[in-house]
Amino acid sequence: MEQTETEALKAELRKHGILTTTFEELYNWGRKNSVWPLTFGLACCAIEMIATTMARYDLARFGAEVFRASPRQADLIIVSGTVTKKMAPQVVRLYNQMPEPKYVIAMGACAISGGPFRDGYNVLKGIDRYIPVDVHIPGCPPRPEALIDAFMMLQKKISEQQLTGESRPRHLHSELPSEFKVPDYGEHGLEPTENAEVWNPLKVIQ
Amino acid sequence: MKAQTINAEQVKAAIEAAVPGCRVELLHNGSPSAQHSLVLDHEHAVEIAHFLRDDAELRLDFCSNVTGVDWLDTEISEKVKTKKLVDGVETEVEEVKKTTVPGRLEAVYHLFSMEMKHGPVIVRLRTGNRTDDVRVPSLTPVWRSAEFQEREVFDLYGVVFEGHPDLRRILMWDEFTDHPMRKDYVAPADDDEPLHAAAGERAR
Amino acid sequence: MSVEIAEHRMTELTSDPEGGQLLEISMGPHHPSTHGVFRMNVTLEGERVMRLKPVFGYLHRNHEKIAENASYLASIPYTDRLDYLCSMTNNWGYALSVEKLAGIAVPERAEYIRVIVAELTRLQNHASLIGFLMQDMGASGTPLMYAFREREKILDLFESLTGSRMMCNYMRFGGVRVDTSPEWLDEVRALVGRFPQFLDEYEQLLTENEILMSRTQGVGVLPRELAVNAGVTGPMLRASGVNYDIRKVDGYGVYDRFAFRVPLGEHGDVYDRYMMRALEMRESLKILEQALREIPAGPVIDPKTRLRGLRPKAGEAYGRIESPKGELGFFLISNGTTEPYRYRVRPPSLINLTVLEDMCLGRSVADVVVILGSVDIVLGEVDR
Repeated sequence: MEQTETEALKAELRKHGILTTTFEELYNWGRKNSVWPLTFGLACCAIEMIATTMARYDLARFGAEVFRASPRQADLIIVSGTVTKKMAPQVVRLYNQMPEPKYVIAMGACAISGGPFRDGYNVLKGIDRYIPVDVHIPGCPPRPEALIDAFMMLQKKISEQQLTGESRPRHLHSELPSEFKVPDYGEHGLEPTENAEVWNPLKVIQ
Repeated sequence: MKAQTINAEQVKAAIEAAVPGCRVELLHNGSPSAQHSLVLDHEHAVEIAHFLRDDAELRLDFCSNVTGVDWLDTEISEKVKTKKLVDGVETEVEEVKKTTVPGRLEAVYHLFSMEMKHGPVIVRLRTGNRTDDVRVPSLTPVWRSAEFQEREVFDLYGVVFEGHPDLRRILMWDEFTDHPMRKDYVAPADDDEPLHAAAGERAR
Repeated sequence: MSVEIAEHRMTELTSDPEGGQLLEISMGPHHPSTHGVFRMNVTLEGERVMRLKPVFGYLHRNHEKIAENASYLASIPYTDRLDYLCSMTNNWGYALSVEKLAGIAVPERAEYIRVIVAELTRLQNHASLIGFLMQDMGASGTPLMYAFREREKILDLFESLTGSRMMCNYMRFGGVRVDTSPEWLDEVRALVGRFPQFLDEYEQLLTENEILMSRTQGVGVLPRELAVNAGVTGPMLRASGVNYDIRKVDGYGVYDRFAFRVPLGEHGDVYDRYMMRALEMRESLKILEQALREIPAGPVIDPKTRLRGLRPKAGEAYGRIESPKGELGFFLISNGTTEPYRYRVRPPSLINLTVLEDMCLGRSVADVVVILGSVDIVLGEVDR
């Protein structure tokens, strides 16, 4: 009840040219409408990502106007394509170099879980073994519309983030890490094979 | 204008005429493609390669493809008739004789000619075995296109090409120790979830 | 032909610089213009390239190992993901090799359809490549936007025919998966009718552009003998003046029925490679017009062809096609079971990169980016 009264009051004031908002709404509104992704394409999904930024689908109208080449200037990393074990340390390093607040979209089946190439000696079975992922997009490759849908889902997630309280996002908790351990090249695979703090695999119920 | 296919026997004869002392074996191909190949010996391989590239009639100047193949030890059983003593009488008995063909690694080269527009001529180099005798001569000094492809055969199969200018791993990282494309390679189990542990090793 | 051509240039450079004058940088694997996860360790003296070592494997997805454990039919969707811009031609190369291995014949209508979709693939690949090359050169976005505008139209056609924009999974052993509708062929005719206008617009923007000419003419010259010896194929080879187009040499499919020319370059520099793509697009349009006119009625696959559980006789076969990047070949060894004993992809992009160092030596770092762009690589194919 209170909510609609507040909304009615806001609408009334707006008619007189007075805009009211909360600090949280304003902060989130600014952030969600200017998410700048990193130019990070690994494989086939990258081509669909490029097609999404081209004239027909145009991701720029959602605020992703410029794709930054340097991770220091980017907010979002769209992991599009298969992450191989040879590439995985580089992905984690890039994620570590991005300043907070930062988000990850795992685009395509390969980034989520290894995809069709899962049974491979060089394929990492999902990028969420090493870095936390915000939105997963299934598909092989997902259509450009699916990427836009994921982007909008991320924007919704950002707009619902609270600035205070326990459920505030990671970048506002001073004790939570924003950089994660980079795996090393071992003799038979990567070491460690996953980051236990980050990865939550499905448990088989015996 | 279709390319003419070359008769492998004619090529074998030409090689034996041009490079004295070489041992070339014709390998028959059972599929309808009828692409028969020649197995070369190690000492004369580079000389034969030069001949194939520079000969006026063959001019095989384009090495298109270098493939590594892993042949595991195979057991061949054949029925053999031998004379044996059965109840004191010498009779002809049919026995099953098993021979083991030892496993080895192989590099297969597909050669074409851009000048004469013919091909393919397929040559093979075989190693002694799969464990310690894995050296073959490199054909990169003859055809530069073999450079990266021989590196890949080294990386994934472990065949050492002698005479290659820069033999190191190409697809896997340098600290990797296994040769993953071998038939008996097993990927480490610890990086997969318990969900798949029971599904079996088939797809490894 | 002299032996020196095949010798590796690395032996000419001394190992350690004196006084630390050389700078070693790593371009990639994350880089705006390396066309995927490709890395080059470049040793520079000032701006001049002294040595360039490419590093591969960042997208090695062990496609060949997966194919050894899967049936012949199950590998077709994986071939889509090799050169992920050109899935139709990848499918065709593999289907051709299996047809050679097992001795399967293809009906005529299917051959014509294969030619039509392959040439459409070539059109969108070459247009996209020119767009990416211009992007690397600094024309940020506009030629790429034009190229992708046309590419989307071609992808619409693929989607209505096969169900998927990029990963078409369309060819089968002995034909294609499904027949085209008459409306689809009319739409292709309409696209082919409108395409020359796009090519004219594109070339008017680019071909005599001063910046393009000064940045690409004389840059990255690849001599003829080195190109042949290094196994370079495709438009890069023809830019160096070697007349070798597998569509003409092997005449696979029904290519020997079409009249088309093979453009050749004179200088072997980046500008010639750009012109190769522009001219080849026009030749592809000619092939498309003829194929659309002459396509016969008939079945597109023999219903008795064994697709699932295909067990070719023991033996081996090497089949190759002229993909937009070069010679795409598949070498298959069968041991009589449902899975291939050895499945090998001959990647044109990887082998075309053999001469990357030779072309870049002595040039500046900015030229390296342009030269790499003109080679036309797709990492899915390089690393498989």
